[in-house]
Amino acid sequence: MSQIQIWTLVFIVGSFAVYLYIAWRSRVKETAGFYVAGQGIPTIANGAAVAADWMSAASFISMAGLIAFLGSDGTIYLMGWTGGYVLLALLIAPYLRKWGKFTVPEFVGDRYSETVRTIAAVAAIIISFTYVVGQMRGGGIVFSRFLKLDVTQGVILAAVIIGLYAVLGGMKGITWTQVAQYTVLIVAYLIPAFAVAQQMTGIPIPQVSFGQILDELNAISVEMGLNQYTEAFAARPQIDVFLVTMALMIGTAGLPHVIVRFYTTKTVRGARYSAFWALFFIALLYTTAPAVGAFTKLNLLQDVNGVSADALPSWIENWAATGLVTVSDGATTINTVSNSPTSGADLIVNNDILVLASPEIAGLPAPIVGLVAAGGMAAAMSTAAGLLLVISSSFSHDLYFRRVKRDSTDKQRLLAGRIAMGLAVLIAIYAGINPPAFVAQVVAFAFGLAASTFFPAIVLGIFWKRCNATGAAAGMVSGLVFTATYMIYTLPVFGTAANPHIFDISPEGIGTIGAIVNFVVTIVVSKMTAPPPDEIVEMVESIRYPATRREVTAGTAAD
Amino acid sequence: MTEVTPDKETRGGEPPTAAPPPASPPDNGWRKEYWSRNLRLMVILLAVWFVVSFGFGILLVEPLNNIVIAGFPLGFWFAQQGSIYVFVVLIFVYAKMMDRLDNQFGVDEQETEGAGK
Repeated sequence: MSQIQIWTLVFIVGSFAVYLYIAWRSRVKETAGFYVAGQGIPTIANGAAVAADWMSAASFISMAGLIAFLGSDGTIYLMGWTGGYVLLALLIAPYLRKWGKFTVPEFVGDRYSETVRTIAAVAAIIISFTYVVGQMRGGGIVFSRFLKLDVTQGVILAAVIIGLYAVLGGMKGITWTQVAQYTVLIVAYLIPAFAVAQQMTGIPIPQVSFGQILDELNAISVEMGLNQYTEAFAARPQIDVFLVTMALMIGTAGLPHVIVRFYTTKTVRGARYSAFWALFFIALLYTTAPAVGAFTKLNLLQDVNGVSADALPSWIENWAATGLVTVSDGATTINTVSNSPTSGADLIVNNDILVLASPEIAGLPAPIVGLVAAGGMAAAMSTAAGLLLVISSSFSHDLYFRRVKRDSTDKQRLLAGRIAMGLAVLIAIYAGINPPAFVAQVVAFAFGLAASTFFPAIVLGIFWKRCNATGAAAGMVSGLVFTATYMIYTLPVFGTAANPHIFDISPEGIGTIGAIVNFVVTIVVSKMTAPPPDEIVEMVESIRYPATRREVTAGTAAD
Repeated sequence: MTEVTPDKETRGGEPPTAAPPPASPPDNGWRKEYWSRNLRLMVILLAVWFVVSFGFGILLVEPLNNIVIAGFPLGFWFAQQGSIYVFVVLIFVYAKMMDRLDNQFGVDEQETEGAGK
């Protein structure tokens, strides 16, 4: 075993032991604990849990690499995956917390109708499932590179651990393990980033110091057949950058596994501050990621520029085994680098390895490499657990006990929740081992669908009393159909031809237009049909105020 | 199923002998006022959110890139760093301002309640 393998094993086994211990400490006995952690999670802890829930294998493993190759246009992910929290904090979280039940479909069900609830539950399951598959795969990459474990065994191992604490502790177990996982993943992300920043610029704060290398990076990028790093709209047209950023933001604010996290706070005020802490914790990673991308890319390009193919640094050989780095046949010296297998460049580097390989590329010691591996696992596992909870609750709470078996005791509901969770884990294992070919593209679906279905229905449900069930159902269905149709039209996913983008709009950005379609249809149809019943209007009214009004001294209220 | 309306919640500090507020208070003027102040705050913060991210980071990124500070072209900096800092601050300001508003209108929660629900 190499040094790196030993350290990886130490960190992974150590962190897994912590997660299991926490899970045992926080096992639950009733459904309120299972679905919303008894609404007793302190604000900062909830913020950390949201951050871990949100930052997936994609954020930890892939994002800096994506940004490294997209350059300036990597903005779409940086702003898109953080700006949504402003919408969430201002438009959604406090109100849904005040309403205070278990699931997102349950809110639209109570606000509109059972039909809308069913549509929402099915959408929540599809969105969460596409996402889970990506997490399982991220975990598999970590295992196969660092422990030389078979991907299959790696996926099963990770899934069993997640399954254990998710089934045992439900939301409560998941929340407290996510707090631990956040700590692991942020430490694992920041330490190498600080080390690389110190090494390359002498200033250990990557957010500040990566400005110093941008000129150098621009120069070498152009030399090696890539775009200038800081040039805007080199990778995507401006209109598309705008629409993709917006779609990711409103998609974030509409994702059920994120929204449901705000049900677990003690108070409405707690939900607001949770959103603040969540974005604060997320921002620690998201402001570091572009620096990691820039530093690693410069390191990488300098490492290989003009080097002959048989004298390449050792990390290339290590990673070549995973198939994520390839030196093209017949290349004697490396003069061009790309992340696209079809580019014909001398060296092809997959986005997914840049963060995981960054300590090796920078020549940092083995313990740091091991720590990064454990961080990648923590990111994948925390997100997978949150998603599995949504799948389980949508299935048991919103579909089974609504549609099939309406009377049941709390015990039966808890058992059903656990069984659904167990089944979800099994399906996730299967999908992680045999990832459907379209997985990478399907993430675009998850955001587009969330943006064009949930976000408008929830926001209008809170801010517009006149909005009714017919309008919401029509809006959700038309947003969904519009978005899905364009995605199928432009992506060669289901065996259909990849048609050219209309008006430069990519399938990742279409969710924005889908959301607008949803808003317009909902408003027009609501206006044309009867207003919602009084008790619904009363419900909307009640979620707008955090608590009953206490006696205030006359005059102070209106000043 | 029953809705949890604000009127059904009990407050720890309220003496039980005091006349209970009517289920549907006749004077709902404070509600309108509270809600419109909430909306005003929301619109202002969302305007900042839009200008900094979509405005500086995307629509105006090219002209702003002509200004370089500490190695960063300014538009690039807003798009990859500045906007995120602003987002964090915006949520903090919102939470603080809503605390004040809740307090003024007497609809603030006591931190301890809600835990045992």
